[in-house]
Amino acid sequence: MSELTIKDLYVSIEDKQIIKGLNLTIRQGEVHAIMGPNGTGKSTLAYTIMGHPSYEITEGDILIDGQSILGMKPDERSRAGLFLAFQYPVSISGVTVANFLRTAINARRRHAEPPQEDISILEFRKLLKSKMDLLEMDYAFGGRYLNEGFSGGEKKRTEVLQMAVLEPAFAIMDETDSGLDIDAIRIVSEGVNAIKGPKMGVMVITHYQRILNYIQPDFVHIMYNGKIVESGSRDLALQLEENGYDWVREKYGEPELVN
Amino acid sequence: MAQNPKIVTRRKGSAEQTALAEFNFSKSDLPRLSDEHLRAYHWSAWETSTTLPFPTLRDDPWRRTDIRGLNTELFRPAEFSRELPKPPTGLLDPVTTGSERAGQVISGMTEPQRWLDEDAAAQGVVFMDFHEAEEQHPDLLNRLLGQIVSPAEDKFTALAAAMASDGVVLYVPKNVIVEKPLQSLYWGAGENQAFFNHLVVWLEEGAQATFVHESASPKGSGEAQILHDGIVEIYVGRNARLNFVELQSWGDNVWSFTRERARVMGDGALEWIFGAMGTHLTKNFSDIDLVEAGAQGRMSGFYFASGRQHLDHDTQQNHMAPNTTSDLLYKGALMDHSRSVWQGMIYVAPGALGTDGYQANRNLILSKGARADSIPGLEILADDVRCTHGATVGKIDESLLFYLLSRGIPRKDAEQLIVMGFFTPIMERIPFEGVRNRFLDAIQEKMGQD
Repeated sequence: MSELTIKDLYVSIEDKQIIKGLNLTIRQGEVHAIMGPNGTGKSTLAYTIMGHPSYEITEGDILIDGQSILGMKPDERSRAGLFLAFQYPVSISGVTVANFLRTAINARRRHAEPPQEDISILEFRKLLKSKMDLLEMDYAFGGRYLNEGFSGGEKKRTEVLQMAVLEPAFAIMDETDSGLDIDAIRIVSEGVNAIKGPKMGVMVITHYQRILNYIQPDFVHIMYNGKIVESGSRDLALQLEENGYDWVREKYGEPELVN
Repeated sequence: MAQNPKIVTRRKGSAEQTALAEFNFSKSDLPRLSDEHLRAYHWSAWETSTTLPFPTLRDDPWRRTDIRGLNTELFRPAEFSRELPKPPTGLLDPVTTGSERAGQVISGMTEPQRWLDEDAAAQGVVFMDFHEAEEQHPDLLNRLLGQIVSPAEDKFTALAAAMASDGVVLYVPKNVIVEKPLQSLYWGAGENQAFFNHLVVWLEEGAQATFVHESASPKGSGEAQILHDGIVEIYVGRNARLNFVELQSWGDNVWSFTRERARVMGDGALEWIFGAMGTHLTKNFSDIDLVEAGAQGRMSGFYFASGRQHLDHDTQQNHMAPNTTSDLLYKGALMDHSRSVWQGMIYVAPGALGTDGYQANRNLILSKGARADSIPGLEILADDVRCTHGATVGKIDESLLFYLLSRGIPRKDAEQLIVMGFFTPIMERIPFEGVRNRFLDAIQEKMGQD
């Protein structure tokens, strides 16, 4: 069983400290919800784990099974088993969803030890269709240019499709629910539920608890002012829904203003 | 008031100080022709070429393209030799998958080959190289040569008109439809050789054809140059339809100068696709003249430059009559220290009401040292017209790269995927899988090199 560990992490962007001593461990098969008010560093955490070059780690470590991944580029981290479902997926003109996913699968195969041959077109089509069936997606998605002209819900479903095809050990879902109406949240969540299992650890980053009605978390963490201040069970999320974040602010103080 | 003598001092500009030496061609290098009219065309073009100066950076269309490195004195008219590399078999494959072609002409530094589907020939279609046409159809050649492109346009044009013994003529008579594509390959090889060629594509009223023409040569080596100097003349008659696909994959030692023009008559339609991958330096003029009401022209171009390539494409969409439509999209990607120039003009003549003209040039810069100049232009002398243009030069967006990287795709492959996607809108206009694949392979090859 694999384990993703974030150890005493400090992250800054353009000399502004965003994450200030964050600790978290996620095992395969577990669902962790990270909740918190806006501007508390949730997306920074997601990007940092994936290796975005704009975020500087000043202290601490991120490890998979005890091995630091800080020296790894984003593509290497992905091939090591990480996945980030983006809050704002970009569109790539002229590149179909199918072509993009086939390229991603082949990148994994070429970098496998020992390297594997590229997936055949036939085998790939079968794989893609089976995942689309699982997520109840129209096959036509495969022929569309990646996210170009997609609705908010379609973009997020496409993120889940990628997750289904790439089968990461750890998936980070960055505010997947933002901008979606309740039906879309349900559809996307059902997709996540269909693909998660004992081999996938999931980090659900969200501001609102409603997505957690569909994706049941094993652990809920409250992130505030750059670190995790409370951890608990599902009840913690329900408490937030009832009382909002004010009690968190009161308990842990207003964040320092950085000028 | 006393008249003081005017003193004129003349300072030599740098362009003049290193003016190009005249080519070492002579009248004896002109093709030997038995038909006196054809001979007159070549000879007169030769006279013109000797009187015209080389274009310089001071001539507006040449402002961004410096040709002073051309070793003019070393070139000899190409002579056939069996010692030189032959065209690779891949170039001779049909560009359409699985289907045949209606005819093929192979010329240049290779044993000439020409054949035409019997049905097409029986309907009066002529598709052959100049050598054959001079023997079999001198009157037709006489009638068509120089109708669209005047040899006097500039020195290179005159020289090509004079010297071109290699050429291809495609003539489709009235209302004849050639279903399968016609294909020609022009192959150049050999250092310090000069290749002159001349294409004449003529569709009479109501005719239809698809023509794929490719120019190619081996990869260059060392400092020696190859000269390519060409003319393309296209006539699309009333209600005629021409699909013309033109590809160049010249070696990187080739300096190519081409003058191309299409004239489209009433309700005729030209689909002109153009792909450039090779040459050390290209200066190309491609003009489309929409001379009668309802004429349409669409020009789609793509180029991919690397190393120190310099590709200069000059386009002109001339709306000379009412209700004419033109649509131009050129897309290019540039690596290393390569450079591209696109200069486009939409001209709307007085009285050309209801004109719809569009031009766009999009460039993707893949390396710090690469540069693209994109200069759109409009000159509108009529009312009630719709003309739009756009030009962009940009880099690959880092956020796109991060997204692809986060899916495990290495940076190089991610860049390649984005570049492929960038060209997709142009690729979709190419009806031939073989052509698309060849271009995509070329991108892969260029981007795969470190």
